[in-house]
Amino acid sequence: MKNLILVALILASQASPAQKIVSVKSKTTFFSSAVLEDITATTTKGKSVINLLNGEIAFSIPINSFKFAKSLMQEHFNEKYMESEKFPKATFLGRINNWEHKKSLPEAVATGNLMIHGVSKQFSTKGAVIFKKDKLIIEAKFNIRLEDFGVEVPSIMFQKIAEEVEITVTYEYPIYENVSIEK
Amino acid sequence: MKMLALKSKAVWQASNLLLACMFLLPASSFAQAGLLDMLKDETDSLINYTNAAFKGTHIINGHSTKTKSKGELDFLIYHRFGTINSGIEDFFGLDQANMRLGFEYGITDVINVGIGRSSYKKTYDGFLKWKFLRQKSGKEKAPVSITWLSTITIPTVNITEDLTTLERMGFANQLMVSRKFGEKLTLQLMPGLVHLNTVPTKSDNNNVLYLGGAYRYKLNQSFALTGEYYYQINPIASVKTYDAIGFGVDIETGGHVFQLHITNARPTFENGFITGTTDNFWDGDIRFGFNISRTFQVGKKEE
Repeated sequence: MKNLILVALILASQASPAQKIVSVKSKTTFFSSAVLEDITATTTKGKSVINLLNGEIAFSIPINSFKFAKSLMQEHFNEKYMESEKFPKATFLGRINNWEHKKSLPEAVATGNLMIHGVSKQFSTKGAVIFKKDKLIIEAKFNIRLEDFGVEVPSIMFQKIAEEVEITVTYEYPIYENVSIEK
Repeated sequence: MKMLALKSKAVWQASNLLLACMFLLPASSFAQAGLLDMLKDETDSLINYTNAAFKGTHIINGHSTKTKSKGELDFLIYHRFGTINSGIEDFFGLDQANMRLGFEYGITDVINVGIGRSSYKKTYDGFLKWKFLRQKSGKEKAPVSITWLSTITIPTVNITEDLTTLERMGFANQLMVSRKFGEKLTLQLMPGLVHLNTVPTKSDNNNVLYLGGAYRYKLNQSFALTGEYYYQINPIASVKTYDAIGFGVDIETGGHVFQLHITNARPTFENGFITGTTDNFWDGDIRFGFNISRTFQVGKKEE
């Protein structure tokens, strides 16, 4: 009996995995306007997990998975700017304010810790939370300053990227009808 | 969760409580960090190719393990001046010039072809390069990059006698193994075999075995130091030749790589500089030289 209670408690303590949903589809885009040409890159390898109970959310994006139009740009992005061998991922860990399960928030605000290039910063951005019948979509668009995250632009680079780059994220999570979310 | 723990406390033995705490604590106090941990496995399970072991497909005179990516066309200009110890009369070698123009193209990310024309013996050259192992970590691991190189050269001047085109041809086959140690240092070893269809005298061996070594040391995001040495295991006996040696600096500015160096070699292709370098670096027969490469993305890159 004692053991049974113990097992039950252990199971209960590990917050029910059904409440934490991992994204199934994602798109993260990086855009920088530059003098010679605009530079853009996209990855679909980013992953996110959201706790449907309280709106806690995490993102993890492998830097070297960004695809550029030109191989050389990709190499420079990884080697010169992001140093992706040293700092392989960008992460965000935070919470969506005023979160309520199954309630779409067209003007949601997420606050938390954004880590890029090994530098962690308190960060807040606007975005949208869209609940559909069988899925949840989270979108956001924000600007980050390279300087804030210690990303240096080598002084003799011909193609200079802007001091501020625009990041767009679109993540999709599956929602299972029969799962009850309890407070 | 805490409520439950309190309620059942009475019926528990101490050991059980301890055990339960071990499970309860991480779940409550680290619930948020746990979200990122949940993603760790998913985002760790990628292949991480080691970036930029070398910035150029050439180090100084010879090749590096680097290949151009699919759809990239590289235009290369090589320049070698005369020896510095030729003095003021020749303006320390700058009066003399020897050059090579070349194109290299990435058929795939790992298979490259190239052609070139050198002023040294008015030589045409062509090569095929295949990188069959890429240094990588993560889901798949490989400690080194390995690239195969095969070159053919056809000098179009007859220096001594009338030789057919076939008789003037030379070849080099070389295996290059490189490893990037950490962020800054890359080392490369390249054993190879030069075959010359014609050698100076009948007693000379047509095949010259060699072992090359090279390094690149990254100073910052734009500058790196390089060096290379090609040791001839059985050099041609009838002519006094020296091992080709070079030290240089790589400067990268985006689409261009500038390589400035000093070397004792005049020819700018494998079988030439490995078996035909007649200047002794340590006697001061040093040439200033540079390579400039410009990369164009002309085809679609690999997905």
